[in-house]
Amino acid sequence: MWRALHIGAVVIGFFAFWQLAVAVAHPPEYLLPGPVAIFREMASAPLWYLGHAMLTVGSTLLGFGAALVVGCLAAIGIVYSRLLENTLYTLLIALNSVPKVALAPLFIIWMGTGLSSKVAISFLIALFAIVVDTVLGLRSVDPDAIDLFRSMRGGTLQTLLWLRMPNALPHLFSGMKIAISLALVGAIAGEFVASQAGLGYVILSAQGAFQTTRVFAAIVLLGILGTLLFFIVDLAERLVCPWHVSQRARHRGAEPSP
Amino acid sequence: MSEGAAFLDIAGLDKVYSSRDGAIVALKNVSLSIGAAEFVSLLGPSGCGKSTLLRCIATLEQPNGGAIRLHGRAVRDPPDDMGMVFQRDVLLDWLTVIRNILLPARIRGLPLVEWRPKAMQLLELIGLDGFANRFPWELSGGMRQRVAICRALLLNPALLLMDEPFGALDAMTRDELNLELQRLWLDDAKTVLFVTHSISEAVFLSDRVVVMSRSPGRVVETLAIDLPRPRPLAIRETPEFSRYVARIRQIFEGFGMLRGSHVRA
Repeated sequence: MWRALHIGAVVIGFFAFWQLAVAVAHPPEYLLPGPVAIFREMASAPLWYLGHAMLTVGSTLLGFGAALVVGCLAAIGIVYSRLLENTLYTLLIALNSVPKVALAPLFIIWMGTGLSSKVAISFLIALFAIVVDTVLGLRSVDPDAIDLFRSMRGGTLQTLLWLRMPNALPHLFSGMKIAISLALVGAIAGEFVASQAGLGYVILSAQGAFQTTRVFAAIVLLGILGTLLFFIVDLAERLVCPWHVSQRARHRGAEPSP
Repeated sequence: MSEGAAFLDIAGLDKVYSSRDGAIVALKNVSLSIGAAEFVSLLGPSGCGKSTLLRCIATLEQPNGGAIRLHGRAVRDPPDDMGMVFQRDVLLDWLTVIRNILLPARIRGLPLVEWRPKAMQLLELIGLDGFANRFPWELSGGMRQRVAICRALLLNPALLLMDEPFGALDAMTRDELNLELQRLWLDDAKTVLFVTHSISEAVFLSDRVVVMSRSPGRVVETLAIDLPRPRPLAIRETPEFSRYVARIRQIFEGFGMLRGSHVRA
């Protein structure tokens, strides 16, 4: 709660300082508009901005969702199959050094300028973070717990379901927090390369016309969206794994007697 | 003890680990017969193979030679009616206390609703009723180990393997849990194999103490503890109790141990 207020105060302070600086220095508006001008621009066509924003969020969420599903399945495969570890995992790590944004034009060629190419780029850029963290989580199981499951005659499936997967959840969420931000980057990159809609398109087309206020409006919207998406993942983590060390302080109840 | 078909029969067990510095003989020709509902402690310094022996019985490790028979049948997979308690409680952080206790039922695909009353009853027996819906991190070390014992007892196993279960607890909690374990055992006598390196803990709890020595790990002597039950903590100050402790200490000293003291009394 205090943390949220703290962040809010800093952000508001930042905008206030910016407005003040613009009011004092009077830079030309095509170089640096003030926050008031930016918010006025947004308010002038709220539905238009909302439509573009929803499209970008749509590509982001579809790409992120696909990365989540495929990433988790791939991670399970990699952990249980030496062959997949030696092929798929090695390939993923090798390909990760290629900046995924550089692949965006390829996807436009393959899939056209519509939604699917943005989703694909978003998926690809988010996938790595999910796979790597989930593999780590599935692997970093207490050996004593493995022994416990063996002593209880737990098979591979039970060990996966009741030990490895819950154990991997906190790791998966830290991967998801990175992946959701990256997915947004992927969607924007796709829109930059070729598109008729989305916040990336708004930025690019406004830049061509020197409508700097509009560029800023789209950037502010992207900032808000990115923050919102991150906090949704964060909230999901608190709901899904309240047991985890990083969450304990938040809802520690009465101290037990020894 | 070894006449007839014992509940658990260990014959000529060998276990060798290979390491960079050559082979380490963890167990050398270990033979042991344990009767039904008997409380037996495996006592010895670190590295005497007492935990290895327990892990071989649980089939968590494969022996290199010899045989382990339970109910007269060779043990190959983890026995069906076995519960195990480890030195660390290994509670699952994401499950509440009651769900941790129900884990063996869940793993076997048994209906949890049917086992819940039994789990609650165990919690009550061990003095943790009211903690059913807490998470493990809300509990102290002693409470956590109690929950681990409940989990091992849920399916009412005939054999309970305990690998230094109280080794990580402070002395007072340890005394308390010794009493609780005795009470549970008197209520519902199971065969218990209890690994410890504390002489007094072994004497206090056991019907028989199996004294082990290291390099190679082997059984040196088996000592029947003939003390009336239930044993109060104060029994440790009686001359009879002290005689057993002294006798065991002599055995260790005879093997050149306990002069620099590896074993706690």
